[in-house]
Amino acid sequence: MAEYKGVMIFGEATEGKLASIATELLGCGRKLADDLGQELSAVLVGSGISNLAQEAIAFGADKAYVVDDPLLKDYQTDSYVSVMEKVVGQVMPQVLLLGQTSIGRDLAPRLAFKLNTAASLGCLELAIDPESKLLLQTKPVYGGNAQAVFVCASYPQIATVRAKAMAPLEPDKSRKGEVITIDAGLDPSAIRTKVLEKVAEKVEGIRLEDAEVIVSGGRGIGSVEGFQQLEELARMLKGAVGATRPPCDNEWVPAGAQIGLTGKIVAPDLYIAVALSGSSQHMSGCSGSKTIVAINKDPEANIFREARFGVVGDWKKALPTFTEKLKELLAG
Amino acid sequence: MNMIVCIKQVIDPEAPPASFKIDPSSNKVVPPAGVSPIIDPYAEYAVEAALKLKDALGGKITAISLGTNQLRDIAKKPLAMGADELILLEDESFDEGDSWSTAYALAMSIKKLGDYDIIFCGREASDWNAGQVGSGIAELLGLPSVTLAKKIDITDGKARVERVTDEGYEVIELSLPALITVSNEIGEPRYPTIKGIMAAKKKEAVIWKPADIGVEVSQLGAAGRHTKLLKLFQPVREGKCEIVEGESPEEAAANLALKLREAKIL
Ligand SMILES: Cc1cc2nc3c(=O)[nH]c(=O)nc-3n(C[C@H](O)[C@H](O)[C@H](O)COP(=O)(O)OP(=O)(O)OC[C@H]3O[C@@H](n4cnc5c(N)ncnc54)[C@H](O)[C@@H]3O)c2cc1C
Ligand SMILES: Nc1ncnc2c1ncn2[C@@H]1O[C@H](COP(=O)(O)O)[C@@H](O)[C@H]1O
Repeated sequence: MAEYKGVMIFGEATEGKLASIATELLGCGRKLADDLGQELSAVLVGSGISNLAQEAIAFGADKAYVVDDPLLKDYQTDSYVSVMEKVVGQVMPQVLLLGQTSIGRDLAPRLAFKLNTAASLGCLELAIDPESKLLLQTKPVYGGNAQAVFVCASYPQIATVRAKAMAPLEPDKSRKGEVITIDAGLDPSAIRTKVLEKVAEKVEGIRLEDAEVIVSGGRGIGSVEGFQQLEELARMLKGAVGATRPPCDNEWVPAGAQIGLTGKIVAPDLYIAVALSGSSQHMSGCSGSKTIVAINKDPEANIFREARFGVVGDWKKALPTFTEKLKELLAG
Repeated sequence: MNMIVCIKQVIDPEAPPASFKIDPSSNKVVPPAGVSPIIDPYAEYAVEAALKLKDALGGKITAISLGTNQLRDIAKKPLAMGADELILLEDESFDEGDSWSTAYALAMSIKKLGDYDIIFCGREASDWNAGQVGSGIAELLGLPSVTLAKKIDITDGKARVERVTDEGYEVIELSLPALITVSNEIGEPRYPTIKGIMAAKKKEAVIWKPADIGVEVSQLGAAGRHTKLLKLFQPVREGKCEIVEGESPEEAAANLALKLREAKIL
């Protein structure tokens, strides 16, 4: 009987290049594969994505499996699950890693159930248990109040990994690897969904994920106008504006500004948290920030357990002077 | 429109983080004293999604909840919001399941119910943040699914679902029956009305045991798990916050700016 062997990562692409999450998965997968003494492979699924194979190899893969088919242009549950079932059946990896993205969140659990195995979503740490050789999957639970370590004894062990939890390797263009094409073999009639439209929310200025400074507001900001003041500060610091969930639900800011467990994961140098309480669900999206600074009127707010510096007081009074003073200091 | 909504009872995720405790000997969370459990917030968004369709098209909503010692008043909240029936899967053998055993029991219950157009789940429950039960049910029942829905329209027996993506959203069309997991962008769940609360009081939940859904207990709860929990722990926070003082919030804020500059953070 064939044996399950090796580590495989599912490599997503953005704008014709490997997505940063894919390079992070390769970095983590490389280490796991070395610990197991096995190969690391990348699977690239899409339309017109063959050129990514060399990139995946440069970032650490020993092999790249390419499934290139016009039917795979858009992510769709049925087509991608079907392709991944085929790839896993052919390659038989022990470990399969995906990104905790809108694709990974959908694909990983459905594939796991299809393959009669299990997945852990949103992992922060992955390691090989030295004795059992099983994958130790550490993920936040209870909204980040706790972390859990799971193992799964059936193969492939599937996990999705949160953005910025793992570090990519320096790409090495001279690395050699094998590129293998796999035929998608899709039956169009078995794809039960149709993508009618894709809408990208335009972001002005710096993307949250790339920003070195983030000014984030919570429920206490209270209005669109309030957020304009945060924007002013963000602009001055060449940063971006983020938010907790209530401002997004209230449409003071676009939904894409949400940071946290069910929003974006960010890790800027400086995170300025204004009028947000520091719920665990929010903090799980920004606790990787180098320095957190808080302005909140409630001295008992949880954010003061997370922040390095804090001001207790009404943000409406504190923020304008803070912005003014910084402007002065940065100019001088 | 015949709809099923899966809901779960959980420890209130908005309880103060300082009240969160783990019993390391059993790898279990100690429910905080004096804080009542609630319906998992995303499942409540799922109820809201179903109610919106019921408002527009009419139909019936059946809520299903799996767990032991579920508080009746809380379990009945979907009824008070406007759902029509409540089924509780309550038996010790359902205990300590993972996504697999939970999805399996729910899928088999839904199979028994038979007649449905849409099954709704939340995108992820606030306790284990697994984010899998919806997809699992869909796979076990062989249904098409859309996850992370923020808007749902039905026309000519087809669903058009706006699905939240990392870039924005996409519009997906699919035929029914189908499974949909719901995100918070669907809109705030409605409050139960007095009339709804009264009606819910009069309704009895239907209790199902493993035999009622025709499953072996070896597939359920702890016995049916595919994953093992090795450890549950609270990450340590060593951070110490320096509260920057001042005569007024304005002065404190100016001092904060100076501090950040001094510490070369900016
Ligand atoms: C499964 C799940 C997933 C979730 N995912 C996310 C997520 O990804 N991101 C997220 O953010 N939330 C998420 N939430 C919601 C989360 O639990 C909290 O409800 C939310 O983060 C609270 O936002 P907040 O801090 O802005 O509001 P609150 O907790 O209401 O805090 C408002 C704060 O503002 C302060 N304040 C008010 N007025 C002023 C003023 N004038 N000056 C100074 N301070 C003031 C108050 O003292 C208070 O501390 C999730 C919840 C669940 C259950
Ligand atoms: N025990 C349960 N009973 C009913 N529904 C559940 C249960 N567990 C999970 N669900 C449903 O599945 C969704 C996602 O849960 P999870 O996959 O556990 O994060 C929840 O929002 C519910 O809709």
